Amino acid sequence: MNKLSAKTRITLTAPFTVWMAVFVVVPIGLVLFYALTDASGSFTLQNLSSIWAYRKTYVLSLELAFVATVLCLLLAYPLAYSISKMKARRQQTMVLLVMLPMWMNFLIRTYAWMTILEDTGLINTFLKSFLSLFGFQFQGFSMINTNGAIILGMVYNFLPYMILPIYTVLTKIDGSVIEAAKDLGADGFNIFTRVILPQSVPGIISGITMVFVPAVSTFIISKLLGGGMTFLIGDIIENYFLGNTGEVNYNVGAALSLVLMVLILISMGIMNRFDGEKDPKGGAPV
Amino acid sequence: MKTLSKVYNFLVFVFLYAPIVVMIVYSFNGIKSRSVFSGFSLQWYQELFRDSVIMKSLYTSLLIAIIAAVVSTVIGTLAAVGINASKGLAKKAYLAVNSIPMVNPEIVTAVSMMILFVFIITRINMFEMGFGTLLAAHITFCIPYVVLEVLPKIRGMDSNIYNAALDLGCPPAKAFLKVVVPEIKPGIVTGFIMAFTLSLDDFIISYFNSGSSVQTLSVTIFSMTKKPYSPKINALSTLLFAAVLIPLIIINLKQDKGMQKKKKERKQG
Repeated sequence: MNKLSAKTRITLTAPFTVWMAVFVVVPIGLVLFYALTDASGSFTLQNLSSIWAYRKTYVLSLELAFVATVLCLLLAYPLAYSISKMKARRQQTMVLLVMLPMWMNFLIRTYAWMTILEDTGLINTFLKSFLSLFGFQFQGFSMINTNGAIILGMVYNFLPYMILPIYTVLTKIDGSVIEAAKDLGADGFNIFTRVILPQSVPGIISGITMVFVPAVSTFIISKLLGGGMTFLIGDIIENYFLGNTGEVNYNVGAALSLVLMVLILISMGIMNRFDGEKDPKGGAPV
Repeated sequence: MKTLSKVYNFLVFVFLYAPIVVMIVYSFNGIKSRSVFSGFSLQWYQELFRDSVIMKSLYTSLLIAIIAAVVSTVIGTLAAVGINASKGLAKKAYLAVNSIPMVNPEIVTAVSMMILFVFIITRINMFEMGFGTLLAAHITFCIPYVVLEVLPKIRGMDSNIYNAALDLGCPPAKAFLKVVVPEIKPGIVTGFIMAFTLSLDDFIISYFNSGSSVQTLSVTIFSMTKKPYSPKINALSTLLFAAVLIPLIIINLKQDKGMQKKKKERKQG
């Protein structure tokens, strides 16, 4: 299949090339164009400089996404590890159980957390009635509309994206390497930190990207669980394009999107450096 | 250590499934409350089927998902064959463009296409944001997944079979359909299913590119979350979940039976 003539190759890829050029490359070019021009179409840097006003929003988005990503990693690793140690048939079932919630609409799952976290929601109702049995007057926690609720929403929605790549990498580790480490006298802790963990880095990195990118750019989770009180960068972009609560301005919106894109590219560049920093001899860095 | 890890796994699964269980239970609630449960009832399911907005958007979502999956599977499969055969810079360029919609945050992909559509509409006033723009946007974000599913299958294929077919006088197009396609069919099927489910589940791309005349199910659900609470949304999500769960269980049971059969045959043989 790899000896096709140039003409055949170009014919086969032609629909792809045309489609992707029109709907992917040109739109990215338009984002750049809109970000650098004003409403009349003449060049300006004002859109980019007006973004300075949103520096706190960018920092907050990065912060919340960062915390959610770390929590996902801490929650996912032990689970992925223990699944990878199960019998093959059971592994399949567990992976299916991890994936199943992702097939329920993302909005509905987030909406369900509103039901649970609300001031009159399930947790508070339960605690109130439970504590009143003992004669306590309980006011209830305020959980919804906090940054904590937003982080919870992110962790909940993106946790499977962290579990699955780590699990895949862990199943691929050659068991004989672990046995060799044991034979050479390594204890459980050393086997984990110096054999298993270094070998699972590629899975961890793809997990981190798969959680961080949607978390940092979300506008649904902040809307539903932040109660419209917390604005993340996704909310600001949405507003500039659809104008639900403010003026529509594609130019500023494009500039915001451009900066978000660049920020994510930088974060991913940093992440991939970790992936490349392996000892050339193949051993784990000590 | 073993019990500890079992308890841990259990707790993570409780976390993953708690909201789903809550949604399902409250879909059968006799009253319109999301904290008090009182009496079993199917009234929200009845209301759901009577809601023409929801039913219409479900139809739109299915229609878009089917067309987007078919078109993206055809474009993606042809492209994967071509990309696999190309070399050097051309191949790198194809793969780079293919990865843009997957690497970019969804909201950026969504607004970039929205800018394109608005840009064209304001210049030539020939169409509106609606079914067409929605479909084009869905096809766009589905193509890369098809390409990535099909590409490894072609790489792993023995190219001699295709050449043999040509040597035996088979025209290239026929050889492609009769020889290549059956070989890479698993990749094509997975790509198609992925495209279909991604399209059906998508919210962000649809939200920015559907205009005001057409709504996908996700967009309708979103507008429902902004209105006062109605358990209809629970009924809808329960049905959607069942629609996924039931085929999965059937496939699993079939596989189980197949495996047992094979084991028996092996024992007897």
